[in-house]
Amino acid sequence: MARADQKFGWLELRPGGLYCAPADIYIDPGRGVPSAIITHGHADHARPGHGKVLATPETLAIMGVRYPADTPETQALAYGERITIGGVHIWLAPAGHVLGSAQVALEYGGERIVVSGDYKRRLDPTAVAFEVIKCDLFITEATFALPVFRHPPAEQEVQKLLTSIAQFPEQAHVLGVYGLGKCQRMLLLVREAGFEEPIYLHGALIKLTELYQSFGFDFGDVRPVAGTDKAELAKALIFAPPSAIQDKWSRRFQNPRTAVASGWMRVRARARQRGAELPLVISDHADWDELLMTCKETDAEEVWITHGREDALAHALIAAGQRARPLRIAGREEEAA
Amino acid sequence: MQVFASLLDALAFTPSRNAKLRLIGDYLRTTPDPARGYALAALTGALSFTGAKSAVIRGLVAERVDPDLFAMSYDYVGDLAETVALIWPERPRNAPPPTIDAVVDELSAASRAEVPKLLEAWLDVLDADGRWALLKLATGGLRVGVSARLAKVALADAFDKEAAEIEEIWHGLEPPYPTLFDWLEGKGPMPDPGVGAGFRPVMLANPLDEAAIDKLDPSAYRAEWKWDGVRVQAVSRNGEQRLYTRTGDDISGSFPDVVAGFDFNGVIDGELLVRGEGEPGIDGLVPVAAFSDLQKRLGRKRPSVKLQQSSPGMIRAYDMLFDGDEDVRGGPFDVRRTRLEAWGKAAPEVFDISPLVPFASWAELTEIRAGARADGIEGLMLKLGAAPYTAGRPQGPWFKWKRAPLTLDLVVMYAQRGHGRRSSYFSDYTFGAWTEEDALVPVGKAYSGFTDKELAALDKWVRANTTDRFGPVRQVAPGLVFEVAFDAAQRSTRHKSGVALRFPRIKRIRWDKPIEEADRLETVLALADG
Repeated sequence: MARADQKFGWLELRPGGLYCAPADIYIDPGRGVPSAIITHGHADHARPGHGKVLATPETLAIMGVRYPADTPETQALAYGERITIGGVHIWLAPAGHVLGSAQVALEYGGERIVVSGDYKRRLDPTAVAFEVIKCDLFITEATFALPVFRHPPAEQEVQKLLTSIAQFPEQAHVLGVYGLGKCQRMLLLVREAGFEEPIYLHGALIKLTELYQSFGFDFGDVRPVAGTDKAELAKALIFAPPSAIQDKWSRRFQNPRTAVASGWMRVRARARQRGAELPLVISDHADWDELLMTCKETDAEEVWITHGREDALAHALIAAGQRARPLRIAGREEEAA
Repeated sequence: MQVFASLLDALAFTPSRNAKLRLIGDYLRTTPDPARGYALAALTGALSFTGAKSAVIRGLVAERVDPDLFAMSYDYVGDLAETVALIWPERPRNAPPPTIDAVVDELSAASRAEVPKLLEAWLDVLDADGRWALLKLATGGLRVGVSARLAKVALADAFDKEAAEIEEIWHGLEPPYPTLFDWLEGKGPMPDPGVGAGFRPVMLANPLDEAAIDKLDPSAYRAEWKWDGVRVQAVSRNGEQRLYTRTGDDISGSFPDVVAGFDFNGVIDGELLVRGEGEPGIDGLVPVAAFSDLQKRLGRKRPSVKLQQSSPGMIRAYDMLFDGDEDVRGGPFDVRRTRLEAWGKAAPEVFDISPLVPFASWAELTEIRAGARADGIEGLMLKLGAAPYTAGRPQGPWFKWKRAPLTLDLVVMYAQRGHGRRSSYFSDYTFGAWTEEDALVPVGKAYSGFTDKELAALDKWVRANTTDRFGPVRQVAPGLVFEVAFDAAQRSTRHKSGVALRFPRIKRIRWDKPIEEADRLETVLALADG
């Protein structure tokens, strides 16, 4: 365990997660703590049961939808708005991952540390674009940290779905998407590609999509699957959580074509495991090139690497002349990708 | 190349046969010549390039990628061509992506030493899917779940022709098949198959409906034994010899001992078997080895001399398509049979003639069938004496009448998700028998023989009794017995149980039967040993 008088010793890894001692606050802790900064609303970062939560207004709203019974004391912090806790200057910066996602910038004792949370560098109309912050220590995610993960342009992948809809017009198309972020980004991408028919949503996707709508996003004609006539769904485009595709839920559709939108779809064996006939390589995480580029752009003298394929990224950063080490945080799920 | 890559990519992920047919058909209809011709050649396995081995590809990637990062990536992805396609760090080149015809032309013309440079330049200008398709194409073996037969059916469907018509002319054609596409699009005549050693589409039988047998006139039909081998077509014309499976796959290379004995002129239809040892078999014929011996040989592209000697191949002939250069398919079975028997008197040693089984009434034949438990016999074939040799599976002239299947009561051990319409169901079951130590050992796998309603009930049972998960596979607590029907049991060194079942299918779900009363492995092994 690092000590406060060591370099970057004021930020340490505790069983609960990353902990900033002088501010007495955790970042994305894996269990309930008295005080937490939450980078974004995905379940492996935003858990219920904290005493006090500091996050962007969007992230707080998302947590409110996800955990209606959870009522921590909350403090909303807009991007760039600074506060000081226990002598630590803290602000949040856009991470480009999902609505409200943020990096956490911390300054103390003349050192600046940036915790990336999950991030991507591609354009996504549902998330404010990632902002590079120069820092001494950069703590980066590593979900897709292997050089085989280089995401193709999302527009090109969406075209695969529209081509299949044109080629198999008599079949329903069920697209597997995560409920927070991917669902809404895909809705916009499909609309931008010119698809104007109604899009039907699995029940698990509706509340968060409505939340996005309340933030002003326009997804066109979206309707719930529940209560819709089977005949109406027989040739429709339907969004569902990936797990529902291989589940009993999908039996209501006659012979559907199954698509999944995820960065994991890049690898064939993974796509087959998910039962995807149309794997769309669309990710809300940085790919290999973006991870390397971002670590370089921060000018950080040291990089700590969390959740993902830490070893490959550490190897590449060290080879490029940056100090780097894996930081193993328990309880991160690769599923939310 | 990118369009072809999209096709391969879509095929690789599409389990449904009908959807595959549509994907291939749409591509062949809308893609210009000669690209579609080379794509068709690739799908039917008609292309091979000698210089593009996986060692070449490893060498190329080693020059560009950190070895540790490559090792970690390969370890994660698990497939060399896919890893290289994804990891390849492009260098800008002032060139467009190659067309599939350019790739085929240049690879065919290149010397072994020139191949790496060609591949490297193409890898730089293709995207990840394009690189994957290129590497699959160059190294052979697309492995996208498309057989040569399926590609031809798709081609026939796309242009409203019969697959048999394509098969008939196929072996006279060369990629990129300009005369074929001209004919398909009505711009030219049907290409002449010539007198080459090409494959001729085969005639297939329908299962006999026993209940309706009395409607057939026994004197109009001839009976033969149905052999448990592999249906083949032996072709020897103008000095060229070939051995084909019934779908037209050339397996000459796997059976050099058989093809070397093709000292005749004509086209013979028969059963490929492995010669057994010991007493003569039924009707005094050469004894036949177990199907597993034949299977071993089918698996070898280049069999060792030792294997050829220990498991010698032979053909049991039962029909004749060409007698010398004369096409006899249009004549009745009885005439072809007379010619076959005459030919058989002086036929090369690798052939013998499958005898006719004489019978006077259906009752007599039923008795003969019930008594036919000899090695290598699956049942009987019935053939209409007056019928010509018609490609495909015409209704009426030929029937297969398999002997009654064997059955065992076996315990369900694992269940796997199905595909397509069944992807939300656990529809593929592995079942086992009890060993002497009262443990279960798997003896077979089946995914048919039940109704949709029963499938729903089985699926529910699997979900409720899962004890472990391995990807798409669920292990279940022993608790359910299937009555499994199968054609034969055979000794097998590839299976832990030491035995494999032929054509297992689920006859009945024995919800009522206690698992302790399921069959024991010794019973299964006894069936294998006859």
